[in-house]
Amino acid sequence: MIQLEGVNKHFGHLHVLKNIDLTVKSGEKLVVIGPSGSGKSTLIRCMNLLEKPSSGKVTVDGVEITAHKALVAKVRQSVAMVFQQFNLYPHKTVLENLTLAPILIKKVSQAEAAEAGLAYLERVGLKEKANVYPSQLSGGQQQRVAIARALAMRPKIMLFDEPTSALDPEMIQEVLDVMVDLAHEGITMVVVTHEMGFAKTVADRVIFMDDGQIVEENTPKCFFENPTHERTKSFLSRILR
Amino acid sequence: MVGPFAWFKWEALFRDWTVLAEGFKTTIMVAILSLALALILGIVFGVLGTSQWTLAKLVSRVYVEFIQNTPLVIQVFFLYHGLPHMGVMLPVFTVGVLGVGVYHGAYIAEVVRAGINSIHKGQMEAALSQGFSFWGAMRHVILPQASRVVIPPLTNQAVNLIKNTSVMAMVAGGDLMYRADSWSSDNLYYGPAYVVVGLLYLLLCLPLATLTRRFEGKTGVSA
Repeated sequence: MIQLEGVNKHFGHLHVLKNIDLTVKSGEKLVVIGPSGSGKSTLIRCMNLLEKPSSGKVTVDGVEITAHKALVAKVRQSVAMVFQQFNLYPHKTVLENLTLAPILIKKVSQAEAAEAGLAYLERVGLKEKANVYPSQLSGGQQQRVAIARALAMRPKIMLFDEPTSALDPEMIQEVLDVMVDLAHEGITMVVVTHEMGFAKTVADRVIFMDDGQIVEENTPKCFFENPTHERTKSFLSRILR
Repeated sequence: MVGPFAWFKWEALFRDWTVLAEGFKTTIMVAILSLALALILGIVFGVLGTSQWTLAKLVSRVYVEFIQNTPLVIQVFFLYHGLPHMGVMLPVFTVGVLGVGVYHGAYIAEVVRAGINSIHKGQMEAALSQGFSFWGAMRHVILPQASRVVIPPLTNQAVNLIKNTSVMAMVAGGDLMYRADSWSSDNLYYGPAYVVVGLLYLLLCLPLATLTRRFEGKTGVSA
């Protein structure tokens, strides 16, 4: 579903991704963890080309999006992203946030988009907030709307870039619940997170990144119980007390 | 009493009121059309100025700096006196619209650029990640938000633009300023002519300026 081959990314003198090879299978739930600055956000942002790799190949759903003149916008319609800062459209109501792209990009009718939008809002438990503006919602509620907005495009792949890192602690669980619920479906998920509980219960595979490289990858059980690499061990010991 | 504001001079002006009325109409027409042109140029070059594409940025930069750093009068003289030497004869009305429009387009481009830059970059990323093109994201996500920020400085530009249409007086433009000038140069009744014309500009500009303050109050609360 997603394939990265020899991907490098430089920001000026910083070598943020070092020759990454990674394949995500259809329906797989992949969790990416690692210290901040390890390149995990850059990695996930390469998967929808919000970050353009300096070199290497990225193929998503059979389309090489790093190719010259690739139809990136077309591919992005089926690759939804949920951001750390939610990035809801503040000038639109909650429901309009969900219907904007389906109506304008997928040419779904207004009525159909609204109906589907309400169904997705119900799914994240926020149907009654359909007509308010994002600024009137709590952080947790905004992130749930952002997830509903992502779902409204009926994506094949969902990318989560630290979806709970900007939330107050008491709001993290409501967002994770929605994500766990999603994970039970066939959708392909790549999640950058510090929520180890989520990784343990949901992930098919966990990868640990440090210094722009994938240091270790394994099933969550093996990963958390028997980390082989020194750097993984020290990271886990700091994060799991 | 004979002075610059002698009563018979006012009488003469009011007798010939159609002269100023014609000029007033021309000034309003030029203002509206050049504002439309300035807005189009301002949005296009303002957006180009924020793009990642180096060439687009450069083109926008050159336009803005070149226009902002040369006098409007010279630009209008170029259109009126210069272009005919290259075989392009423009009617003076068009010279006014083009000159003032291109001039204020450069200022509006800077206003638009600043407005776009004030919107968090996550907004563009969210729109792109949903499959919007760059221009689609601009149109539906970024510009609607930026417009709230730029409306006060934009009305300010509109006020300046109206006043600057008076540059047409220098190329026999038929606008308000020119009419007052030519009418009073015949009879030397400058006093009443300039006062009335000044008040007419005030009549056009003051409501806009008041509107600006109203907007500023609003965005201050809801930003």
